[in-house]
Amino acid sequence: MKLKLVTMAVAAVMAAAPVMADLVFPALSYRTGPYAANGIPFADGYADYFTLLNERDGGIGGEMTKLMECETGYSTEKGVECYEATKASSPLVYQPLSTGITYQLIPKMTADGIPMHSMGYGRTSAKNGEVFRNIFNYPANYWDGASGAVNHVLDVEGGDIKGKKITLVYHNSAYGKEPIRTLEELSKKHGFDLTLIPVDHPGQEQKSQWLQIRREKPDYVFMWGWGVMNSVAIQEAANIKFPMDHFIGIWWSGSENDVLPAGAGADGYKSLTFHGVGSDYPIYDDIQKYVVDAGKAAGAGNQIGTVLYNRGLYAAMLAAEAVKTAQGIHGTAAINAAQMRDGMEALEITEEKMAAAGFPNYGPAFKVSCQAHGGNGFVGVAQWDATAGKWNSISDYAQSDQEVIGALVAEDSAAYAAENNITPGCN
Amino acid sequence: MLYREAGDYKTSYSKDNQTFPIKFDRVAYYLLLVVAFCVVPFFINGYWANAVLVPFLIYVIAALGLNILIGYCGQLSLGTGGFMAVGAYSAYKLMTSFPDVSIIIHILIAGVITALVGMLFGLPSLRIKGFYLAVATLASQFFLIWLFNRVPWFYNYSASGTINAPERTVFGVNVTGPNVEAWAQYMFCLVFVVTCAWLVRNLTRGTLGRSWMAIRDMDIAAEIIGVNPLKAKLSAFGLSSFFIGIAGALLFTVYLGAVEGGEAFGISKSFLVLFMVIIGGLGSILGSFLGAAFMVLMPVLLKNILVGNMAWPTDVAAHFEFVIVGALIVAFLIFEPHGLAQLWRLAKEKLRLWPFPH
Repeated sequence: MKLKLVTMAVAAVMAAAPVMADLVFPALSYRTGPYAANGIPFADGYADYFTLLNERDGGIGGEMTKLMECETGYSTEKGVECYEATKASSPLVYQPLSTGITYQLIPKMTADGIPMHSMGYGRTSAKNGEVFRNIFNYPANYWDGASGAVNHVLDVEGGDIKGKKITLVYHNSAYGKEPIRTLEELSKKHGFDLTLIPVDHPGQEQKSQWLQIRREKPDYVFMWGWGVMNSVAIQEAANIKFPMDHFIGIWWSGSENDVLPAGAGADGYKSLTFHGVGSDYPIYDDIQKYVVDAGKAAGAGNQIGTVLYNRGLYAAMLAAEAVKTAQGIHGTAAINAAQMRDGMEALEITEEKMAAAGFPNYGPAFKVSCQAHGGNGFVGVAQWDATAGKWNSISDYAQSDQEVIGALVAEDSAAYAAENNITPGCN
Repeated sequence: MLYREAGDYKTSYSKDNQTFPIKFDRVAYYLLLVVAFCVVPFFINGYWANAVLVPFLIYVIAALGLNILIGYCGQLSLGTGGFMAVGAYSAYKLMTSFPDVSIIIHILIAGVITALVGMLFGLPSLRIKGFYLAVATLASQFFLIWLFNRVPWFYNYSASGTINAPERTVFGVNVTGPNVEAWAQYMFCLVFVVTCAWLVRNLTRGTLGRSWMAIRDMDIAAEIIGVNPLKAKLSAFGLSSFFIGIAGALLFTVYLGAVEGGEAFGISKSFLVLFMVIIGGLGSILGSFLGAAFMVLMPVLLKNILVGNMAWPTDVAAHFEFVIVGALIVAFLIFEPHGLAQLWRLAKEKLRLWPFPH
């Protein structure tokens, strides 16, 4: 039995040996499991953009792109398997969309010399490119998010939040714990009281947490949630009549899936964002024309225009721009992972580039450098309008508190460098 | 014809009692060892090590451990994930506190620590059995994960709560960390698996194993003929947890490298190992190997066939994996409730008579 299985596996793997050439982009997606509702739109957006590039432009710089999708189910073990399975086909960049898998892959990918882009998730201190040579997290990270949320509260309260009570409701995992350090520093700086309330995976049951919130009556609630935890939390907040405009989620807690179940109760809920919302961009005409009408849309094709679909598009757009930059630096269309890394490190996103790609005013302009793999940390706020059923951007992209975050990034990356015997530097 | 015992005479008790009394089995066993130790390391690559063989070997150890408890001693446990977490976190604390000590010793001590924790949670087994014990061990699962998430000391106060395995070497060769070679990972786990399997086999056919089986078959009768239930049950919990702890430590250090307690060692892990034991065959060493192979290799195999060869969408393939594996589990339990090991036993019976069955 075992022997037979092994022989069959050998046959299967041999037959599945991938064709080389093309620009290979692995997508470690999750279309199944407890986080599928959030994983599907992102995966669709990511896939559709590369389909669009192939259909409209014939790839990037004349080189066709190839997407290799691998299902992780948000499980780190499957993530490792997917990484090993796709590694052999010379991939350019990984985007696992899971903080757990990101932590898993950081050392492996550094050793293998393949770049990773954890856009708005993953290890925040990867912003320090002198230590994390292959890891990028532009345009914004969790600590920018935490600071952005506090800045928004400062704006609303007119600059003084001394003595205010802020509660953080977080997914009890590496992901949810990320902002705590920054919020603690910021609470010292601005003098607000911080309460931490963890919610265990998957977060379907939050009665006790929201009972505590009802008892303590915080002025603001921040949320670092994912999957079903988001919609449950928003429903519970509506149930205890918590003022929704004082409830601010990170960008992973701000999709349509999260607010729709609470109906009118979710009206006014706020979420941070680092890219545009809605489908009012020229890129969507091209997607309709070249991808949807051609019957090549990924998945069921019903996610177009949602927040997370937009994020998938944005992630793919940034990857494509980095490829163009790399092609320019190295003078070759068929780049490899090391050249891709150089392209990502030299990436500069300007208004003109975004407009040319069909994304005018979509995200903040930023510039990546060896010292700053995380961009400049510009964060905006969007608000949910339940009657119109859409997200509205309510603020410009504003820079986070770089003074506090810079110190924390330096401290955490130095600890990582010491642990792993890395000599920080740009070579 | 080929597979027979006729003419295979034994002239001493020790020969008669050996693990593989039939010569053909013995030869196959040694051949397998030679292939595993001397051939596979030269051909293994990163994919085969990380996606197939290393997880398989590690889960074999976990299944062996749980088989002691459920298959040999009859104590139902749902706390495997929690005990694996104890192994992983102890290995992490030891590795970071005593960086100069060999990782082999750390993993063994992690096993011992898990054994102590297992015995502690095994205490209720003296009073309760069956489903009630299962629920009590389920509580240990949740308690342990909660503890590792709650107390920052266990993850060295890192901001994210994840633990990362530092780089460690055995005889100058990396076995953990990002720069590890596939063959080194594989060999390291293989040595542990072979040692553990040899230990479990010999434990289960000695006095201790017989006292476990007596307790399993009828605890009151066992007590009357002089088996001490305290000793038998606690030793089963202790030894079972020892192996599960080693499996957890290896899973963290060699295989995953970075672990979040709740994600890697959740309740689903407990069920996974339980399925391995049940599908492989309760009270069988071979069953632990077959069960682990089934649960680890089957999804990978299905994925390669469905996505790689037949180019199905990944989500449809992932759903079908669940359907197919689930259907196979149900089918096995209906047609062969004693697991894959029993299938092998029946096949052997048939082979002995082949080609002249009566």
